[in-house]
Amino acid sequence: MSSARVGVVTFPGTLDDQDAARAVRHAGGEAVPLWHADPDLKGVDAVFLPGGFSYGDYLRCGAISRFAPLMEELIPAAKAGLPVLGTCNGFQILCEAHLLPGALMRNAGLHYICRDQGIRVENTATPWTSDFTEGQEIVLPVKHGEGRYVADEATLSALEAGGQVVFRYVGGNPNGSLNDIAGIRNEAGNIVGLMPHPEHAVEDLTGAPSTDGRGFFSSILKNLVNA
Amino acid sequence: MSLDTVKRAENTPDERQPYAELGMKIDEYERVRQILGRRPTGSELAIYSVMWSEHCSYKSSKVHLRQFGTKAPKSEALLVGMGENAGVVDIGDGWAATFKIESHNHPSYVEPHQGAATGVGGIVRDIMSMGARPIAVMDALRFGAADAHDTRRVLPGVVEGISHYGNCLGLPNIGGEVVFDPCYIGNPLVNALCVGLLRKDQIKLAVAPGPGNKVVLFGALTGPDGIGGASVLASATFEDESQAKRPSVQVGDPFMEKLLIECCLELYQADVVVGIQDLGAAGVSCATTELAAKGTGGMDVKLDLVPLRDPSLRPEEILMSESQERMMAVVTPDDIDAFMAICAKWDIPATVIGEVTDGGRLVMTWHGEVIVDIPPGTAADEGPVYERPFHEPAGQTALNDDGPGRLARPADLRATLLELLGSPNLASKEWVTSQYDRYVRGNTVLAQPADAGVLRISEAMPGAEETTRGIALATDGNGRYTRLDPYAGAQLALSEAYRNVAVTGATPLAVTNCLNFGSPEDPEVMWQFSEAVRGLADACKTLGVPVTGGNVSFYNQTGSVPIHPTPVVGVLGVIDDVALRVRTGFTGEGDRIVLLGETEEEFGGSEWAHVAHGHLGGLPPVARLESERDLALVLTEAASRGLLTGSHDLSDGGLAIALAEACIAQGVGCEVSLTGDDAFVDLFSESSARALVTVAPESFDAFAQLCAARDVPCYGLGTTGGDSLKVEGVLEIPVTELRKTHTSTLPGIFG
Repeated sequence: MSSARVGVVTFPGTLDDQDAARAVRHAGGEAVPLWHADPDLKGVDAVFLPGGFSYGDYLRCGAISRFAPLMEELIPAAKAGLPVLGTCNGFQILCEAHLLPGALMRNAGLHYICRDQGIRVENTATPWTSDFTEGQEIVLPVKHGEGRYVADEATLSALEAGGQVVFRYVGGNPNGSLNDIAGIRNEAGNIVGLMPHPEHAVEDLTGAPSTDGRGFFSSILKNLVNA
Repeated sequence: MSLDTVKRAENTPDERQPYAELGMKIDEYERVRQILGRRPTGSELAIYSVMWSEHCSYKSSKVHLRQFGTKAPKSEALLVGMGENAGVVDIGDGWAATFKIESHNHPSYVEPHQGAATGVGGIVRDIMSMGARPIAVMDALRFGAADAHDTRRVLPGVVEGISHYGNCLGLPNIGGEVVFDPCYIGNPLVNALCVGLLRKDQIKLAVAPGPGNKVVLFGALTGPDGIGGASVLASATFEDESQAKRPSVQVGDPFMEKLLIECCLELYQADVVVGIQDLGAAGVSCATTELAAKGTGGMDVKLDLVPLRDPSLRPEEILMSESQERMMAVVTPDDIDAFMAICAKWDIPATVIGEVTDGGRLVMTWHGEVIVDIPPGTAADEGPVYERPFHEPAGQTALNDDGPGRLARPADLRATLLELLGSPNLASKEWVTSQYDRYVRGNTVLAQPADAGVLRISEAMPGAEETTRGIALATDGNGRYTRLDPYAGAQLALSEAYRNVAVTGATPLAVTNCLNFGSPEDPEVMWQFSEAVRGLADACKTLGVPVTGGNVSFYNQTGSVPIHPTPVVGVLGVIDDVALRVRTGFTGEGDRIVLLGETEEEFGGSEWAHVAHGHLGGLPPVARLESERDLALVLTEAASRGLLTGSHDLSDGGLAIALAEACIAQGVGCEVSLTGDDAFVDLFSESSARALVTVAPESFDAFAQLCAARDVPCYGLGTTGGDSLKVEGVLEIPVTELRKTHTSTLPGIFG
C-alpha cells in the first residue's frame, strides 16, 4: 500500500508547516512541501494549508496569500474535489479565496488568545472528520487574534441547514464567533476550514494535553487510501 | 549641510563638534582626537559616540564583569563564552544550544508595544547570528504596582508587543516572569530571552576574515529609526525631556524577521557565510567596526550603497540608525551569487556595500569621498573603561536592622494563604501568557506555568543526529532580596533559576544574565552592582555553571531614585531523555508528597512581609548553594530513574503557595501535615534550596534512600487526592476556591 501524499503549503510567514508535516508523517502519510511561488501541486492527494501570519497578516489575514501562484492551481483543484484543510491562517486564506463562505474578524476580546479549547464535532461527512463521531467533544488548542467567524444571516442559515458547520466551540467561545462556529466545510464537503489546530494535538509529549488532533489525519489517510 | 570628509576635518581642526549632545564626555572626545591625530568627522564622531556609549561599551561594568571569566567554573559544555553575540553550550549528541537575555527597558517605557516587540526581535537576531535556529523565547518583566494607573498603560502594551512580534515570528514563548513593585513604576523592565539550536560544528562568529571577501547588508531597508537610540535611550535617565525623544524608538516588522530567519538558515545550510553579525544598537557602526576588528583588520565600505527607506538620510544618520531586521554577512566572491539567490528566494533585499581588506583601517566613502578612516578596534574594543567609585548606601545598615521580626503574625492562616495567592505577584499570569503562542513548532514539552520551559530537540536538522534529549530554561530574579543584600540577592536569583531547571529533571549547564540597575554614576548603585556581580560569579563557581553572556542595563531610575537592583538570571539545562521530564504540580491521586530541604524562619524580603505589611527590611533568606547543588542532583537522578510523578519548586510565598499551585495545576487536592512546630513558619517562610515532589508509594523507599545518600533532608508530608488542599489542623481550602482566587486578580485589573 503506497502512502497517501498530503501537500503542506508554505507561504512567506507560514509558521505551522513543520507541525502539519510532522502530523501527516506520524499518521503514516507522506508530507509533500508545496511552495507558494511554485504553481505546482506535485500530484498530491490532498492539501493542508497551515497556520501562521502569511505576509505578516498585512492588509488583511490571508488577503495577499490568495493571489499566490500556487493558489491558481489549488483553487480550481479544490473546486474539482481535491480534499483541502485550512487551519487558522489557512482557514482565513480559504475564506479570502472564496472557497469557503464568510470571514474571520478580530477576536471579540481584542486580544490574541492561546488556550486548550473544547470543540464539538458537528459533521463527519468530510474526508477530514470521518473518523470522529457526530457530537463528539474534543480538545484542540486555539491560538489566534482574528478568529471570530462572521457571515450574513442567509449564509449562516444555509450553513446550519446544510450541515456545513463542522466544529463548534464548547465550554466558552474564545473569540465571539457567530453560532460558536469553530470550523465549516463547503457544500461538497472536501474543503474544511477551522481556527483550532489539530496538528498541535497529536503527541503525548508535546503540544496540547490532548491527542484529539489525530482524528483529522487518520480520517484523510483512510479516505485517500480507500479512494 | 556640506559633507564632513576626512580632508575637511584635517583642514578645520577647530570646528566645534556636538560630542556632548551625543553623550560623550570631553575626555572621551579628546581621546578620539588623539587616536585619529585630528578631529573626527561627523560620521566618525557618530561611530565613536555610539560604540563608546554605556550600552555598547560596558565601560562602567567591564571591570566587574571580568569576574565571570576569572571565577568561571571548569565546564566542558562551554563552546563559546562571553564576548560573542551569545554563548554556546554543548548539549550532547553533536548538538549545541545558544541562549541570551537582553534588556529593552527604556524603549518599553516610552512606547510599550514597539519597545517590547523590538526587544524580542533584537535578541532573536543575536541567536541567529551564532548560526542557530531560534526555537523559543521567554520574557522577564517588571512593572509598577499592578493597580497603578500607568501600569495599565505599560503592561498591556508590553504584553501585546511581545505577543504580536513573537507569535508572528513563530517562536513559542515558554516561560518567564511578571513581577509588580512600586519601584518600577517609572522604569519597567523588559528582559527578553531567546534560545536557539545548532549543530556543534556549525557555529558562526562575528568575524570578517579574508581580504577581498564581500560585505553584504541584508534584510530591511535603513530608515530614520531610533537614531541615537542606543546612546540616548539606553544611557540616559528619564527626565522631562523624554517626551522629546519619543520618535527615537524603533518600529519592528516581525514578518521581515521571520523571512530573515528562514533565509539565514538556508544561507548557513548552503555554507555561503564566512562571518555574520546582526544589526542591533548602533546599527551599521557596530556591525562594521566589530566585524572588521575581529577579522583581518580592515574593511572598505561604500556607505552610499546602503539601501534606504528614506533617501534624505545623511551618512551620520545611516551609521546610527537602528532600523530593525537587518544583518551583515561576509561572503567570498565565489559564493556571492548563491548568497544573493537565496536572499531573492525569501524576498530579502541584499546589497554588497563593501569589501574586507588587510589594511587595518575601516574606511567609508560617501559618493567617492572618504568620510571615515579609523582603526576599527579603537571603536569596537578599546573604548573607555571606568573604575567607578562605590560605597554601601547610607541607609543600608538601618534597612538590614529593620527585620521582619517586629511584624505581627497572622492568626488566620487560611486567610493569609488566600491573600497571598491572589496578590498580583503570586496570582496566575494567564492573562499575560494566554496572549503568547506556546505551541508553534511542535516541540514544547513544558511551558508556563511550569517551573521551567522544556523543549524537545529531536526534530533533526539536516546532517544532525537523532537525539532523545531536551533542554530546560528558567529565568528568575528578586529585586527585594537584592535590595536587602545584593551579594545574596544575585545568588538567590541564580539558585531559583537553577532549581526551577532541576525540578523538571534537567541538569543545569550554563547561565545568562541581565543586570538591571540604576545609574553607575551613583556610588551607592555601583556598590549594589559590584556586590551583585561578585555574588553571582561566586555562586556560578560553586554551582559549576558558567556565565555565557548577557547584558547590563544601567540608568534604570526616575530622577535620583533607582529601581531595586534587579539581576535577572537565566539558566539552561539539559535532560538526556526528554520523555522523562517531570511535570509541575500534583499529577494524580494517591502519590506521596515529599518536601526536600530545610525550612528556617526567613521572612526578610518575603512575599508575606510585602503583601501583609508592605514591609521591606532585614536580610533575605540565606543562599545555600551546596544544598542547591545536592538538591539538583537528587532531582535529576530521581527523574532519570522515573521516580517522580510531579514536582514544584518552593520560592515566593513558601510551602503554602507551592502546595496551592501544585493543587491548581491539574485540579488534584492533597492532605498534608506540617513537620515543624510553627505552622506559619512552615507554610510561609522562603528558605532556599527546597522543593516539593510527589512519588508513587512503591517508589518512596528508593527515593528516600537517594535523598539520604546525598544528605538532602526529606520529609513525607502526606498524599495527593481529593478536591481540597487540607493542612492537618490548620486549614482546608477547596481547589476550586484556590483556582478562583489565583486566576481572578489580573483579569480584574486589566480586563
